Amino acid sequence: MTGKRVTFSNTWLAGLLIAPQLILVFTFFYWPAGEALYWSFTLEPPFGGENQWVGWQNFKTVFEDPLYWNSVRISVIFALCSTALAMGIALILATFVDRQLPGYQAYRFMYFWPYAVAAPAVGLAFRFIFAPDAGFVSALNQWYPGIWNPARDGVDAVILITLANAWSMVAYNFIFFLAGLQSIPRSLTEAAAMDGSGVLRRMADIQFPLLAPTFFFLVVINLTDSFVNSFGIVDITTAGGPARATDLMVYKIYSDGFKGKDYSLAAAQSLVLMLLVVSLTFIQFRFVERRVHYT
Amino acid sequence: MARIDIRDVTKFYGKTQVVHGVDFTINDGEFVVILGPSGCGKSTLLRMIAGLEEISGGTIAIAGDVVNDREPRERGCAMVFQNYALYPHMSVAENIAYGLKVAGVPKAERLVRVQAVAKTVGLDEFLERKPGQLSGGQRQRVAMARAMIKEPKVFLFDEPLSNLDAKLRVQMRIEIRKLHQRLKATSVFVTHDQVEAMTLADRLVVMNKGVIEQIGAPKDVYDRPASVFVAAFIGAPGLNLLPATISSDGHSLALADGQLLGIETARYPALKPGPVTLGLRAEALNIRPDRQAARQGSLKAVFDFAEELGVGQHIHADIAGSPVVIHVDGRHPYSSGDRLSIGVSPRDLQLFDSMTGLRIAEVDAPVPSMTHEHLFALDALA
Repeated sequence: MTGKRVTFSNTWLAGLLIAPQLILVFTFFYWPAGEALYWSFTLEPPFGGENQWVGWQNFKTVFEDPLYWNSVRISVIFALCSTALAMGIALILATFVDRQLPGYQAYRFMYFWPYAVAAPAVGLAFRFIFAPDAGFVSALNQWYPGIWNPARDGVDAVILITLANAWSMVAYNFIFFLAGLQSIPRSLTEAAAMDGSGVLRRMADIQFPLLAPTFFFLVVINLTDSFVNSFGIVDITTAGGPARATDLMVYKIYSDGFKGKDYSLAAAQSLVLMLLVVSLTFIQFRFVERRVHYT
Repeated sequence: MARIDIRDVTKFYGKTQVVHGVDFTINDGEFVVILGPSGCGKSTLLRMIAGLEEISGGTIAIAGDVVNDREPRERGCAMVFQNYALYPHMSVAENIAYGLKVAGVPKAERLVRVQAVAKTVGLDEFLERKPGQLSGGQRQRVAMARAMIKEPKVFLFDEPLSNLDAKLRVQMRIEIRKLHQRLKATSVFVTHDQVEAMTLADRLVVMNKGVIEQIGAPKDVYDRPASVFVAAFIGAPGLNLLPATISSDGHSLALADGQLLGIETARYPALKPGPVTLGLRAEALNIRPDRQAARQGSLKAVFDFAEELGVGQHIHADIAGSPVVIHVDGRHPYSSGDRLSIGVSPRDLQLFDSMTGLRIAEVDAPVPSMTHEHLFALDALA
């Protein structure tokens, strides 16, 4: 930035104006994060009293636990699948709306609604829809009894939470993809049409490459979101089960901390998760934003 | 090689009609320029030929085939866009070769053809660059090269020069003209710049409000504009237009302030007494020497200011309350408010119907060559 900047000469007023935001961020992010950091290096005595410094012991316990690695594996699968699904569907919908197929105004409006639905509500809805005995999917079980039962089959359970999470992310991705598509000058696709390129070829050669910045931005946002914000869906639909099949990292933190009452272990896990998200964000800002840019 | 037949073509956007029954033919190998102010429907017409815009009514045929329902790629046209529309993520070479790649031309052949085309437009050193690293003129060349490489039946140009600076515009204009002389492909060029139109066109199509006002060779359109609109639009400056009234005997016309001018009644078989619009080319007017100033019949004018052109001057003056531009070769030492005497040959009078704006037809055949003596004799009649 080399342009002129508007500066506050009155620092006291400036401080006052940003204070509410700072207090919020401090109270709900830095303070708890600091506490977690402290807990993760200490052991809290079960019957109260001073915390005991244990160094890396908590992390050692976490990383040596096969259940933790199970949780990481499931989280990665979950994040990759729901990101791919959510972005794929969103891209297809956005392409339709961008081509102004009949009724596109209504779609454009309605596609954003799912994003406004809170995760537990999404979880509840999917729990009903995909209930093996009474939901819409129960037809599958009529045709081949026992093929779908997320309460007993771990794979089914992962599919269920992946679908629910993807569904709630489609709307967000859709808005970004649509904005990205509409920022591509029409004359580019027209020029490609004059060059003899059909609809699908134009998408592949012109529109999708030019969407690359949007695409990478959304990959990072979706992955982060899948790692961090999936608690509500898991808790309502499967509660981590069956047999830890949907025990995502974020859900394991909750169950270890609040059900198992092991705050120190939960704190260590949340620190690991936080580092993962921070590094994803770092990749986003450092590499992706810089490299995928056309002028 | 291809002829384009445009038959009674209309275009509606919803209920708004932007093209009203346009009908003309572009001959094989001809360079046609569609000229008009912005919003006159010229770009829409071009885009309908290209297949980028649906045709609401009528037919367009290229090389005898009606193409109304054909995809752009099936029409054999190449187009140069106003903002060049280069693919920003592809290098210059990839941009130029894209059409061939889509058509499935092998890579080796693509390379050879890209090299050849790049050489003709002087881009061979920039093939590896991205469009973002090129100047406006270079981008324009890439757009040209991209259109040329497919050796299309028809070239379409949608105001391709309007984003360039004045000097580059003249240069590219010449290059487009040379290119056409070499390739002899049917070309349709849309512009709002009348100088561009005059210099490039074999034939000129002047459009206004979705209707064709006039079709003809640039010289004919310039010499005999079919309507007041064309008259004012073509030429720099446009035709001087003054309200006038034809006398009841049809031998003279009176300007707004009562000045009289003799007319050769025989030339205008359809002329009726009453109001008309008089058109006078700036080049057809001359400022008479002082000693003739008092002579009857010359137009009286009041000098306003002079525009320097280098090769001469445009004298801005007022005749009977209307602003008039007079082209003079030398320099004139007038100052604001000076009275001038303006001479004009009766053959240079152009008359338009004051209601419809259409030209009042004239017959040229029996006009004898006239000297100044004849001219003044005519003046005396009036």
